[in-house]
Amino acid sequence: MNYIFQFGEILKPVNLDELLWGMLYTLRLSAISMVLSLVFAILGALVRTSGPKWAQAIVIAYVEIIRNTPFLVQIFMIFFGLPTVGLSFDANTAAVIAMVLNGSAYTIEIVRAGIESITHGQMEAARALGLHTLQSFRLVVLPQALKVMLAPLGSQFILLMLNSSIVSVVSADELMAAAQDVQSRTFRPFETYIIVFVIYFVVSMLFQAAFALIDRWAFPRVEHR
Amino acid sequence: MRTLTFTDIEFLVLAVRWTLLLSALAFAGGAVVGITIALMRTAQHRPQRYLAIAYIRLFQGTPLLLQLFLVFFGGDMIGVAVDPWIAAMLGLSLNAGAFLGEIWRGAIQGVSKGQLEAARSLGLHYLPTMFKIVLPQALRLAVAPTVGFLVNLVKSTSLASILGFVELIRAGQLLNNATFRPFVIFGTVALIYFVICWPLTVASRRLEKRLALAYRR
Repeated sequence: MNYIFQFGEILKPVNLDELLWGMLYTLRLSAISMVLSLVFAILGALVRTSGPKWAQAIVIAYVEIIRNTPFLVQIFMIFFGLPTVGLSFDANTAAVIAMVLNGSAYTIEIVRAGIESITHGQMEAARALGLHTLQSFRLVVLPQALKVMLAPLGSQFILLMLNSSIVSVVSADELMAAAQDVQSRTFRPFETYIIVFVIYFVVSMLFQAAFALIDRWAFPRVEHR
Repeated sequence: MRTLTFTDIEFLVLAVRWTLLLSALAFAGGAVVGITIALMRTAQHRPQRYLAIAYIRLFQGTPLLLQLFLVFFGGDMIGVAVDPWIAAMLGLSLNAGAFLGEIWRGAIQGVSKGQLEAARSLGLHYLPTMFKIVLPQALRLAVAPTVGFLVNLVKSTSLASILGFVELIRAGQLLNNATFRPFVIFGTVALIYFVICWPLTVASRRLEKRLALAYRR
């Protein structure tokens, strides 16, 4: 092995700054997508569990289609396909739409499993106390379901963050696109990607720690005596 | 720019074979890595366990696309030009190994400990114990999640297109450059992926249900 590593070029302020900005864009893109897909997923899961039959069928079809096709095709459809039928977006908007569309489908299943894990008795008791269906869902079922959902949601969101690297193919602003920019300027692809590898790894560890903290803060363990 | 003809769609459908071949090779490679990782992860000695955990963390904590790029450009390091075929296969195998390792670890740990202890007390060494006693029983638990992972693997092969590997998506892009009918072309590509992946998803779900029934008693 007589390869000489040259990290110096990439660690110069111009290049390192671009990578760090890329990281911030990735964080922003993932955060927006996570929040939006959680909102859509809760609505979707509500329809899926207690909506009218035709609406349930639509949600099922949506989930199956998204989960059984690659994310790359989905972003191509949105960025290249939709403009031909008159709906065009810039790269960053297309990226958010693709990530929310994709993330929601996976999150719907997690939320649904969470809701279904709460026994019917809870819903019935809430209804018997005079709460509306929506109120009992929001005030009784959802808080309990959230506790069950938190761990799978955490890993789903980390996957979503890692998947955001794929939107670099339509040159949306994020870390992977920044990396491609830096490597084409420095001609040191291997070193660039090693540094980006470290950045992604640290970010996903931080996410994991953050979810663990949220879990502790929101659902403190009950001491059994 | 030219019009889209039936031959073009045929070209797309034929490109599926590269997607399928790449998936099969990546699964074979991933299985070898995966079984190694699963055995290390369940090993008695700490260093092996930690090594396996580090491997799984690294590959599950970074994007697959980046891993593919690293393998692709990593060839420079040893002075070999890696072609997209090898990079895609190697990258996907290493990545699949981490996920399969984690799935199979769960299956191995799902086999009751008494089986292992009984085999050891009958005088079997580690490898015969694993390959003759534990793994055959773990297989039953592993089938459903492994089939489910196959769906992910088939979808992941689409990223090889970014390295320039001509599989289904890359074929679609090439066709799109010539005819500029992205909606039809990528729609067809999506449909083909769905036709491959959906039966696997359904099969995995069925197997899971059957297994749950078997364990209910």
